[in-house]
Amino acid sequence: MTTLLTLLSCFLGTLFGIACAWCRVYGSRRPRLAIGCFVEFFRNTPFIIQIFFIYFGLPSIGLKFSSFPAAIIALTINLGAYACEIIRAGIEATPRGQLEAAQSLGLDSRQIFTRVVLPPAMSRIWPGLTSQLIIIMLATAVCSLISTEELSYIANRVSAETFRQFESYIIVTTLYLLLSICFRRFLNWLGPRFIFGCSPIGTAR
Amino acid sequence: MIQFTLWDIVRNLLISIPWTLLLSAIAFLGGGAVGILLLALRLARPRAFSLPIAAYVQIFQGTPLLMQLFLVYFGLALGGIETTPMTAASICVVLYASAYLTETWRGCVESIPKGQWEASASLALTFTEQLRYVIFPQAVRLSVPPTIGLLVQIIKNTSLASVVGFVELTRSGQMIANVTFQPFLVYGLVALFYFALCFPCSLFGAWMERRLRVQH
Amino acid sequence: MQKNPSSAPLVDIQNLHKCFGRNEVLKGIDLQVFRSEVVCIIGKSGSGKSTLLRCINGLETFDRGKIVVGGQSVETANAHALRELRKKVGMIFQHFNLFPSMTAGKNIMLAPKLVHRRSPDECQELAMRLLARVGLEGKFDAAPHQLSGGQQQRVAIARALAMEPEVLLCDEMTSALDPELVGEVLQVIEQLARDGSTLIIVTHEMNFARKVSDRVIFMHQGCIHEQGSPEDIFTSPRTPELRSFLSH
Repeated sequence: MTTLLTLLSCFLGTLFGIACAWCRVYGSRRPRLAIGCFVEFFRNTPFIIQIFFIYFGLPSIGLKFSSFPAAIIALTINLGAYACEIIRAGIEATPRGQLEAAQSLGLDSRQIFTRVVLPPAMSRIWPGLTSQLIIIMLATAVCSLISTEELSYIANRVSAETFRQFESYIIVTTLYLLLSICFRRFLNWLGPRFIFGCSPIGTAR
Repeated sequence: MIQFTLWDIVRNLLISIPWTLLLSAIAFLGGGAVGILLLALRLARPRAFSLPIAAYVQIFQGTPLLMQLFLVYFGLALGGIETTPMTAASICVVLYASAYLTETWRGCVESIPKGQWEASASLALTFTEQLRYVIFPQAVRLSVPPTIGLLVQIIKNTSLASVVGFVELTRSGQMIANVTFQPFLVYGLVALFYFALCFPCSLFGAWMERRLRVQH
Repeated sequence: MQKNPSSAPLVDIQNLHKCFGRNEVLKGIDLQVFRSEVVCIIGKSGSGKSTLLRCINGLETFDRGKIVVGGQSVETANAHALRELRKKVGMIFQHFNLFPSMTAGKNIMLAPKLVHRRSPDECQELAMRLLARVGLEGKFDAAPHQLSGGQQQRVAIARALAMEPEVLLCDEMTSALDPELVGEVLQVIEQLARDGSTLIIVTHEMNFARKVSDRVIFMHQGCIHEQGSPEDIFTSPRTPELRSFLSH
């Protein structure tokens, strides 16, 4: 369950982040400002409050979510906000020469963005982005507080039943540690393979 | 049902903010002190401390703060020490902050160009002299923006101390929401309060970063 | 200039070998440099010139051989020995490496204050004298980023001279400069040579090497391929590699 939560929200969150970043770099003034406010709000408030707001707060104005969708929404929006800033920095660091070369080859702006700007930008910021994705994976633990049946929730249940809190928490913590190490390895394999071709991580020019 | 006014809610939330700030301060200052110590140990020759400290950082960065809090809280109880939520939360966030701070500061030191090390070595400076007069002044400059970012992260993470019962902004928000049956309003206000605490710090960090970039 | 070839060499390198991984970069270098001699090392990129220079002041380790400078042998594993060595050997880097958080004057004052333990007033006076010597009086309070490349390099030279080294190593000190700034740095080095300093210079500036050096060494693929006086090297090169190098 933790894995599912993580992978789903990371994937959606990254796409959301790319969309926001595009908006902030290329969009007109109003959307840029709106996205900016949204991003700053979600980066400056704690995740636990965000998820409480979505799960407990929204029902009183009619939007009711069960715990799994609520967790996905909260994780995705949170990641989107952080990813937006990280990816934006990567996009803005694109050397002007590459844009000029792409334009003089006759590519349209969508092609330029997806093929010329985005892959090197992603490789440039990949270390920062993977750190953020790992933070999201660890944030799934907080989702246990709204009863999402993931790792921490199981730990709580086991410890309540057996009264051996410390042992169950140690085991679960070790599992998280292993998960985070594996996740980072996986991401470092995934990036070069599928996303940014042969530019080395962090040093694309 | 008792009617609660908006002011009642706001007032009760405001009372808990100093506790959030206190825990954040303890975490930042305590974590900073431990972090500097760990950094000095890690840089010192012989490199005996490098691996244990790297492991320490990996543990705190690779596990959820929630779990760390539970472990400290129940672990201390298991060891027979009577702890209040305040003590457990403080110890945990200090260790957590120290791991992140020492790693950030180490990154800053390592991003100093090798030429600086070579030039100061060629002038026959000792290792300590190199650190003190050449490397650290530059590293401190580089480290201000990310350190402020970590401060914001610490303030936000104090919200998790609520799970071990420490009454700060989040916990009081939970209690008030349960009593007033107005979670939308209460959690919305809590979010706004955190925003009011964190956003100025973020702005300050961004301003400092622009200023430091111009200077070079 | 008084030269005394029969006296002991100031820098004595014997059978120096160094590998980077499986790549042998220095293949048995034997070199002696005498006091007040100016030696220029020329050669293609990758011939090992900079590596050789960096071995002399201990910035690179070496696998086999011996280096002795002014009686102090180079032992890269011994921090105390390295410190003693670096009091005798100064280095000028291609990218200047001035300390950005200090003014020009403070850059120069740092090492005498810490290593020779001079008083701050002495150091300040020394710094001002050296700045005047390199043609930068009045720049004491300038920050490095406010100075041009040529000015920064001259401050770097003053900084190295503040330690009163017995030999000064110059690692391509003009390669990172715009062409119009190269002259001011070369002038300073020429003056140092005229004043009798011992200099070992790695450079691509052939005319400069011809004018200022007592001996020119041509390195090729990790060995000293040819050495001799500037006239011998530049007007009558013996080996085909040197001839092809000079014709470019």
